[in-house]
Amino acid sequence: MSDSMKTLEAHTQSEYKYGFTSDIEMDALPKGLNEDVIRRISAKKNEPEFMLEFRLKAYRHWLTMTEPHWPNVNYPPIDYQDIIYYAAPKKRPQLNSLDEADPELIRTFERLGIPLNEQKVMAGVVAVDAVFDSVSVKTTFKETLAELGIIFCSFSEAVQDHPELVKKYLGTVVPHNDNYFAALNSAVFSDGSFCYIPKGVKCPMELSTYFRINAANTGQFERTLVIADEGSTVSYLEGCTAPQRDENQLHAAVVELIAMDDAQIKYSTVQNWYPGDKDGKGGIYNFVTKRGLCEGKRSKISWTQVETGSSITWKYPSCVLKGDYSIGEFYSVAVTNNRQQADTGTKMIHLGKNTSSTIISKGISAGRSDNSYRGLVKVAKKAENARNFSQCDSMLMGDRCGAHTFPYLEVDNNTAKVEHEATTSKIGEDQLYYCQQRGLSEEDAISMIVNGFVKEVINELPMEFAVEAQKLLAISLEGSVG
Amino acid sequence: MLSIKNLKVSVEDKEILNGINLDIKPGEVHAIMGPNGSGKSTLAHVLAGRETYEVTDGDINFEGKDLLEMEVDERAHEGIFLAFQYPVEIPGVTNANFLKTTINSIRKAKGEEELNALQMLKLLKEKVQLVDFDEKLLHRSLNDGFSGGEKKRNEMLQMAVLEPKLAVLDETDSGLDIDALKVVANAVNKLRTPDRAFIIVTHYQRLLNYIVPDFVHILYQGRIVKSGDKSLALRLEEEGYDWIKEEAASIA
Repeated sequence: MSDSMKTLEAHTQSEYKYGFTSDIEMDALPKGLNEDVIRRISAKKNEPEFMLEFRLKAYRHWLTMTEPHWPNVNYPPIDYQDIIYYAAPKKRPQLNSLDEADPELIRTFERLGIPLNEQKVMAGVVAVDAVFDSVSVKTTFKETLAELGIIFCSFSEAVQDHPELVKKYLGTVVPHNDNYFAALNSAVFSDGSFCYIPKGVKCPMELSTYFRINAANTGQFERTLVIADEGSTVSYLEGCTAPQRDENQLHAAVVELIAMDDAQIKYSTVQNWYPGDKDGKGGIYNFVTKRGLCEGKRSKISWTQVETGSSITWKYPSCVLKGDYSIGEFYSVAVTNNRQQADTGTKMIHLGKNTSSTIISKGISAGRSDNSYRGLVKVAKKAENARNFSQCDSMLMGDRCGAHTFPYLEVDNNTAKVEHEATTSKIGEDQLYYCQQRGLSEEDAISMIVNGFVKEVINELPMEFAVEAQKLLAISLEGSVG
Repeated sequence: MLSIKNLKVSVEDKEILNGINLDIKPGEVHAIMGPNGSGKSTLAHVLAGRETYEVTDGDINFEGKDLLEMEVDERAHEGIFLAFQYPVEIPGVTNANFLKTTINSIRKAKGEEELNALQMLKLLKEKVQLVDFDEKLLHRSLNDGFSGGEKKRNEMLQMAVLEPKLAVLDETDSGLDIDALKVVANAVNKLRTPDRAFIIVTHYQRLLNYIVPDFVHILYQGRIVKSGDKSLALRLEEEGYDWIKEEAASIA
């Protein structure tokens, strides 16, 4: 290996910055999963009967399913009886007052740069719902948003305060029996975020959910439901981190988005779960189902994701384009380093007439990692004049990593226009040498080349997060070129 | 300014340069000529610090400093510029952004203040005119989809912007038509100052019609076998390299 390849390696082997653990008293159920555990979760959350039924239905279906092994990833079998399905901080903030919260909890979010105190937030740029292990601990700016009729709260609160909305929409985009991990989530999910934007309202600030896994041996199963009513718009961001632990932890979330006529939802993710150490020990299994339904005419759902964390990522944020003239977009950057594995992409299901979709996927592999793009573009029989453009680019850093592309196409209507472009490139020693000859340090050269590669996707992120994402990319790849 | 003593260089245990001696003073233009495979480009990259080349013996002193001890970027900070024979492409990074990043890296390394957007714009405008560069190319990705001529012009623009003390041009004339060749020569001539030196590595004499060198050195089998003034280049043009090869053979 040449020196510059070694630097590339060294550059990608930096420490995970969010790997600390917080010492907080927890109220947790014992390990294991059975109907009793599900009943206890439901009881702890004081849920109405329909929720328990939904959970049990999902659980009973899950028992009949087998874990999927078609993704291009490898991991030892998961023992589902060795996981804690519910863990909550004992001292939870009451009535949204932070005074009674465990100070350690507040500190944790401060260390993560997540402000829970509204006074400390600059003039209301972002409203945050903070989820710690299994429960939401605080939602900021709730009252401000409520004045516009926007409901933004934890999923548990939504179940208590708006059961009719939850009952109407829960499981309508991702049904309880959709897939193995979605079924598991439906059975045991403990919290998450809920958002409803009423007719004609443009949400004045970014809404965000921040997920933090803290407790050991727990799984995180959160559920997010966003409903944008006619003519409304909302931009939503989620971020996530976890402590550094030697055991793998399972994260199986479900996100459902629903856009009515002329509504727009922009959903951005900066995923930075603990990726495991450089030898592949520990890290989060990120097995997530995200789907948006463009229910109404001219509705639009746009997914943007920057995936840098997790030891294994398995997720395909998708759009079901049911309304005529609806639009689906997927912009993705997936970075894998060391021993990380990612199998990610999207599904664009064209059902309505004149629907269009865009897929821009950028995969970066470094170290000994494997990075796969998997995408489906489906045009149904009645979907006249569907349009799709897909572009999948891969970048390799070093010669021990892999990049794979699995595009699937099912077109049942001959008026469809579908385009697919793919490229693979390598950060070459020659590029680095050239940049260094012009006076750039190796780190700056790598970061410039990588940021150039992902620019189209980063541009889709809300401004303040774009900067964060660029930094995160640089950190994730630190030590990878060498 | 630059002093090369008994420089020996190998690539994968094969000796390419085999005892080079060369002294360059500020303001001088040295042409290095020689047949294919004589080690011309190797010399250019060893000056820039490319690590695929192993220096087995000798020293290079640049402005009183040991060049061989420095990393590639440190040499650039000291004022060494290499115009590449094959400039690389970097998609998604605009030419303007690249130039801004490079100039500010060098300024930072020298302890100078970084240029702000306005100062940068002014500088770029001035240099674009100086080297007769198509301004539209500033906003395209670095060398991405550029023609051969555009890439070489871009190298000249970078040279003009970075204002090196020593500029090494590695076969910058290769593959250029006569108009592009004139643009390159023009850029070099405009940048010739009493305190800046040039090393022009070329296979052909024709570039030297436009850039008149102070010295011409002929590299053959890893050594400088003959040095002279510009008339040496003209003799090569007329007679080719055979007489050099014969002379070298008779000495050996």
